[in-house]
Amino acid sequence: MPEEINISVNGKRVAVSPGTTVAAAIMLAGAYCRKSVSGAQRGPFCGMGICFECRAEINGMQHSRSCQIPCIAGMEIRSE
Amino acid sequence: MNREVRKFDVLVVGGGPAGIAAATSAAKSGASVGMVDDNPSPGGQIWRGAATHNRSDSSGWIRKLQTGGVELLCNTRVFDQPKTNVLRAETATGICEFEYRNLILATGARERFLPFPGWTLPNVLGAGGLQALVKSGLPISGKRVVLAGTGPLLLAVAAYLKKNGAHVVAICEQASRSSLLRFGFSLLRHRNKVAELIRLRNEIGGIPFHAKSWPMAAEGDETLQAVVIHRSGRRERIACDYLACGFHLVPNTELASLLNCRMQNGFVQVDQFQRTSAPNVFCAGEPTCIGGLELSLVEGQIAGLAAVEKNDESWKLLGERRKLMKFAHALERTFALRPELKKLCQPETIVCRCEDVTWERLQGHKSWRAAKLQTRCGMGPCQGRICGSATEMLFDWKSDSVRPPIFPTTLANLSAGDAESSPGLSVVTRGQP
Repeated sequence: MPEEINISVNGKRVAVSPGTTVAAAIMLAGAYCRKSVSGAQRGPFCGMGICFECRAEINGMQHSRSCQIPCIAGMEIRSE
Repeated sequence: MNREVRKFDVLVVGGGPAGIAAATSAAKSGASVGMVDDNPSPGGQIWRGAATHNRSDSSGWIRKLQTGGVELLCNTRVFDQPKTNVLRAETATGICEFEYRNLILATGARERFLPFPGWTLPNVLGAGGLQALVKSGLPISGKRVVLAGTGPLLLAVAAYLKKNGAHVVAICEQASRSSLLRFGFSLLRHRNKVAELIRLRNEIGGIPFHAKSWPMAAEGDETLQAVVIHRSGRRERIACDYLACGFHLVPNTELASLLNCRMQNGFVQVDQFQRTSAPNVFCAGEPTCIGGLELSLVEGQIAGLAAVEKNDESWKLLGERRKLMKFAHALERTFALRPELKKLCQPETIVCRCEDVTWERLQGHKSWRAAKLQTRCGMGPCQGRICGSATEMLFDWKSDSVRPPIFPTTLANLSAGDAESSPGLSVVTRGQP
């Protein structure tokens, strides 16, 4: 069994298996990704890097497409 | 900022089946071949994660890719063509310019999405979108999922989710039962497809399947709680954790348009050797015709051989392609969208997800361009990739010309790329009208 990776989503520690994308980790943590321009919560949608709904801040990089980025140990993710 | 220049005899853009087939076929000749892809690993959408999980249909091709001398450049997305035979891409560390002798576009397809009330709620996803997330670590065991839309992808996703422990509550297919039956009969001339259909049927056995059925509204306060579907002329409410929707596929043709490849009915026009109208540019797979895995593999091989002037080796493949094209046309006929789907929106339903532009605000505009200028529809970071195919269906708007950057990138990447050619360039990161 491969070891789990620890990351943080909005300050909450989340353990994921290797290969998990940040988008999946955000959903796993029960969080959403971004707030729309009129303030509604949005989560991942297309899952393939096209719709930009899964944007989140990853290690300080804003507007990262979280569905295209695998989790790395110690990653800090902030979503809205 | 890291800035690299790479040169290849053959550059392939897109690492799905068509791209893999093209790259490996071209590399056999000894040519230097590079394959760029936006995703963290090759395989495209259909073989997502195939490089790490062994799958029978993909493993042979993935092995060829890994041992065939193709240079793989993942997490790399092309956003501009600064000059002829050069593409500029964003990488994890900066930008890279690719010079090529021949280019093969294998940019694949995306799902078509149609707006309906509530479709922007979290946990309403694309059908392929939910599958991709499960493949990338989202636990689905025990979750109630409704699949709705049209096309064979719904069945494939249902089978995949069920195998992974999901409780697939219903599959709602907008096509009628009679047109599905006709499609079934048309498959008889494709032995592989019949076998696939039988396998799928066994895998999804027990899941309620509704023909002539579609989503009318997704409900929930902050996140999804239920979906209202149209079924046999009635509304039916189904409680669920995820609603996965997809209305067949639309080709990714932005890069082909940027390179001035001639288009026909929304697809990239190619000749028998997959040559586009642009010099030294070939195209294979879904951007030329939505035909699925086998057609993509055949077209990829033809394009790969043609790009290294080995056309004589592709004669056998041409007959195969002709046969698979018939399957593609049957797909198009069977899963054509019914007019009722144009009437799902309420005035306040969001059509453009990036800019929250509602259906009501899009009324009265004559064209996609006019709507963009006046409402910002299609001007967000997805650059109309999601709402463009929806507004084409809803309002018969055709998308206009493509301008760089074809993907949003950072100001630093844009300005680094143009530093020497136009120092005073003003840059924009969002879509342009």
